[in-house]
Amino acid sequence: MNSLLTLKNISVAYGDQTIVQNIDFDLQEGQISCLLGPSGCGKTTLLRTIAGFENPTQGEIAIRSKVVSTAEQVLAPEERQIGMVFQDFALFPHLDIEANIRFGLTNKMSENMQLQRCNELLELVGLSGSNHKYPHQLSGGQQQRIALARALAPKPDILLLDEPFSSLDIELRQQLAREVRVILKQQNITAILVTHDQNEAFAMADTVGLIHKAELVQWDTPYNLYHKPATRFVANFIGQGVFIPGEYIGEQKINTDLGIIRGNVPEQCETGCRLDLLIRPDDIIHDDDSPIKLEITEKLFRGSDFLYTLKLQSGRHVLCIASSHHNHALHEKIGIRLDVDHLVMFPQLQIPNIADNIAAIIV
Amino acid sequence: MPDNKVSLPPLKKTFSMSAYLNRWHIIVLLVAVICAIPVLTVFSYIFLPAGDVWRHLTETVLSDYVINSLLLITGVSFGTLTMGISCAWLTSVYRFPGRKLFQWLLLLPMALPAYIIAYTYTGMMDFAGPVQSHLREWFDWSYGDYWFPEIRSMWGATSMLSLVLYPYVYLLARASFLEQSVVALEAGRSLGAGPWKCFFKIALPMARPAIITGLSLVLMETLADYGTVQYFGISTFTTGIFRTWFGLNDSAAAAQLSTILLIFVLLLITLERISRKQARYFHSSNREKKQTRITLAGKQAWLATFICLMPILSGFVLPFLQLSQWSIETYTEMVDGDFFGLIWNSLSLAGSAAILALLLALLLAYGQRLQNTRLIRIAVRIASMGYAIPATVIAVGIMIPLAWIDNAVDGWLRQQFDVSSGLLLSGTLFALMFAYMVRFLAVSVGTVEAALGKIKHSMDDAARSLGLRPKQVLLQIHMPLMRRSLLTAVLLVFVDVLKELPATLILRPFNFNTLAVRAYELASDERLADASTAALCIVIVGIIPVILLSQSINKQKT
Repeated sequence: MNSLLTLKNISVAYGDQTIVQNIDFDLQEGQISCLLGPSGCGKTTLLRTIAGFENPTQGEIAIRSKVVSTAEQVLAPEERQIGMVFQDFALFPHLDIEANIRFGLTNKMSENMQLQRCNELLELVGLSGSNHKYPHQLSGGQQQRIALARALAPKPDILLLDEPFSSLDIELRQQLAREVRVILKQQNITAILVTHDQNEAFAMADTVGLIHKAELVQWDTPYNLYHKPATRFVANFIGQGVFIPGEYIGEQKINTDLGIIRGNVPEQCETGCRLDLLIRPDDIIHDDDSPIKLEITEKLFRGSDFLYTLKLQSGRHVLCIASSHHNHALHEKIGIRLDVDHLVMFPQLQIPNIADNIAAIIV
Repeated sequence: MPDNKVSLPPLKKTFSMSAYLNRWHIIVLLVAVICAIPVLTVFSYIFLPAGDVWRHLTETVLSDYVINSLLLITGVSFGTLTMGISCAWLTSVYRFPGRKLFQWLLLLPMALPAYIIAYTYTGMMDFAGPVQSHLREWFDWSYGDYWFPEIRSMWGATSMLSLVLYPYVYLLARASFLEQSVVALEAGRSLGAGPWKCFFKIALPMARPAIITGLSLVLMETLADYGTVQYFGISTFTTGIFRTWFGLNDSAAAAQLSTILLIFVLLLITLERISRKQARYFHSSNREKKQTRITLAGKQAWLATFICLMPILSGFVLPFLQLSQWSIETYTEMVDGDFFGLIWNSLSLAGSAAILALLLALLLAYGQRLQNTRLIRIAVRIASMGYAIPATVIAVGIMIPLAWIDNAVDGWLRQQFDVSSGLLLSGTLFALMFAYMVRFLAVSVGTVEAALGKIKHSMDDAARSLGLRPKQVLLQIHMPLMRRSLLTAVLLVFVDVLKELPATLILRPFNFNTLAVRAYELASDERLADASTAALCIVIVGIIPVILLSQSINKQKT
């Protein structure tokens, strides 16, 4: 398969300030990917550079094997065959829905074809018949769908979505993210989404690129991002979890506060080296029959389950998800067992205390 | 990775983007440089050795110019501050009969150019005028029995200018008073301060930056005024420049006089800039938006009504009525073919200037939006600097280089082909239009900039991603969205050009008259009543921006 979009060693800077640097990735036709990261990490700038609104200071970007951006030359956005959906939708308020959707089609096809394409898209996004409404007459979710339809109308090579759901209600976001994914997959559209919300990223994307401090730290499937984080930052940023320290005692065994755990220890580790293990809440299973009992120090009811914070003998804490039928009192001791499929560990930091019990990151 | 060498050729074409943006860059810089020509010309004369005329001027009249200008500035400051602040305070804090109406009626004097109100009052107050006639009738006085103030004097000029300029102070002070949170005033009351103390210790200091901004605009207009001081026979810089240029025929000395005037203006611009900056810090929390007005009753209410009514009556109603009366008496003689010619000249001149200013403003503001670099920002500031520069100075700064070009071309043609080209640029509508652009571009740039600022950048990006070039974005997205503001920009410049006097007087082509010039000429010949119809036309058109302003006031809140 051919790469549809290729980024090679892309850096963007405003003056002295580096926004993103040395970004490399490939996107295949029909693939949906997501640039994820905390705010200010440079993900939006990267998207705008792909669109042609910003100029890279080094590297090159190619769409369908045609170079569109280098440090010297930049193809104007209007000549790139891209579609873009904006955070605030950016529907043209002085034009009705039909005119908005047909906006990118003028001079490209006959009037009749335009109208046909417009109605096709309205049907696709489930808003048939709203041709002559104006943007302000639509709800946020509907405006979002029109923005998508408008961007898709000229059949762009690639669709760029800049935090497309962030101005919507939380309940609406997940639903819309799923709907949009279905539409994109159905039309075999290559897309890049920018977001800071990992749930949205996981709901939409085949591949997620995690950006931290201007750099792409991991480009991977959501599953790998969660279960095989490349760095400590990724481990912390994605999902919940706690680091507990351990000591390698040889034969792929690690001695920890939770007992001896087996796992793939990094090669550079020799017997006796100290490690930090990432324990996710779903690694600790609540089991009333288990002989290992730990005290509950905090509990959070989340509807379908409880998130318990448990205290180890060493004083450290771990998280545990239990079914909502298992309602235990604070300070009660409950039985647990370990179910560690993918053990994630990093060699310990220089000052051990910092790594100790990094509080659960609840994103 | 794609092969670079294969894919580069198609990219060549798309170089267009950077070239395109550079074109905007060049246009913006070019407009700025052209707009700066008059000021640079005038300033360049600082370095020229002083001529005989200049020495003569410094020995005789220069001190008069300085003293008179300072007196005028002081007097007009006092007048506009008193009227502007008191009316702004009353209408924004108290409730009394007529308050809602006064809010915008107080802007009406802006419709009257100072030179028109000056000669209207002269007509009303002179010996044969209605005021003295009635006094004589009522008290059975006759000539010499009584003392009556001479309006054609320093205090007269001060009053006339104050009457038409106080709305600047009123507008800015009022906006500031309304923005102040009630909490600040209530805190003052709770600490035991009475209404007067609250005003002087809390409200007035908080509004100070806004008031100073308004005052600096007033003083710029005062320094720029030519018609009033000329008519009242007060020697100031503007009349001095005129006299030196046309009377003594010394353009260098006129330019040198202009430089001194410009230094005054620069001080005012700096003052304005500083106070605008400060105004940001003086903004109190806008948490408390709802303001409850204190209801005045009885004598106090009537006093407030009286205070607000006075500037409206004397600054608009009385002169308007007088002009109307004169016009009714004389229009049969005055309104003839020539008069329609005047109207046509004025309308076409103002109309084309307004549209040209709008186009340039669009170029500047959109160029700045595309490439918001420091250089471009400075260029746009320079291009819109003219609002502060007296039209007389601009006229001098335009005449000198244009005359130089004309002479050069003429000399070369004579030498080469023994023909004379005469005046190619100076003394044509080109020169006049150039002056209007320099003077009024700020008005349209300000309006367009504000309107563009309200359009989110994602609109541009969306249109670009759908295949529009930058120029098309302006035409298809921005301009339809800014329709109302563009109309406002055109109207404002239109009215300003229509009212403009000194630059038109100096730069107009021979025998080319406008309403303003005709009204001024007739008034100068003491044909006050004959001048009234032309003046009335100007005043009526001048009401347009007042209506626009009052609409935006009503939108803010009442």
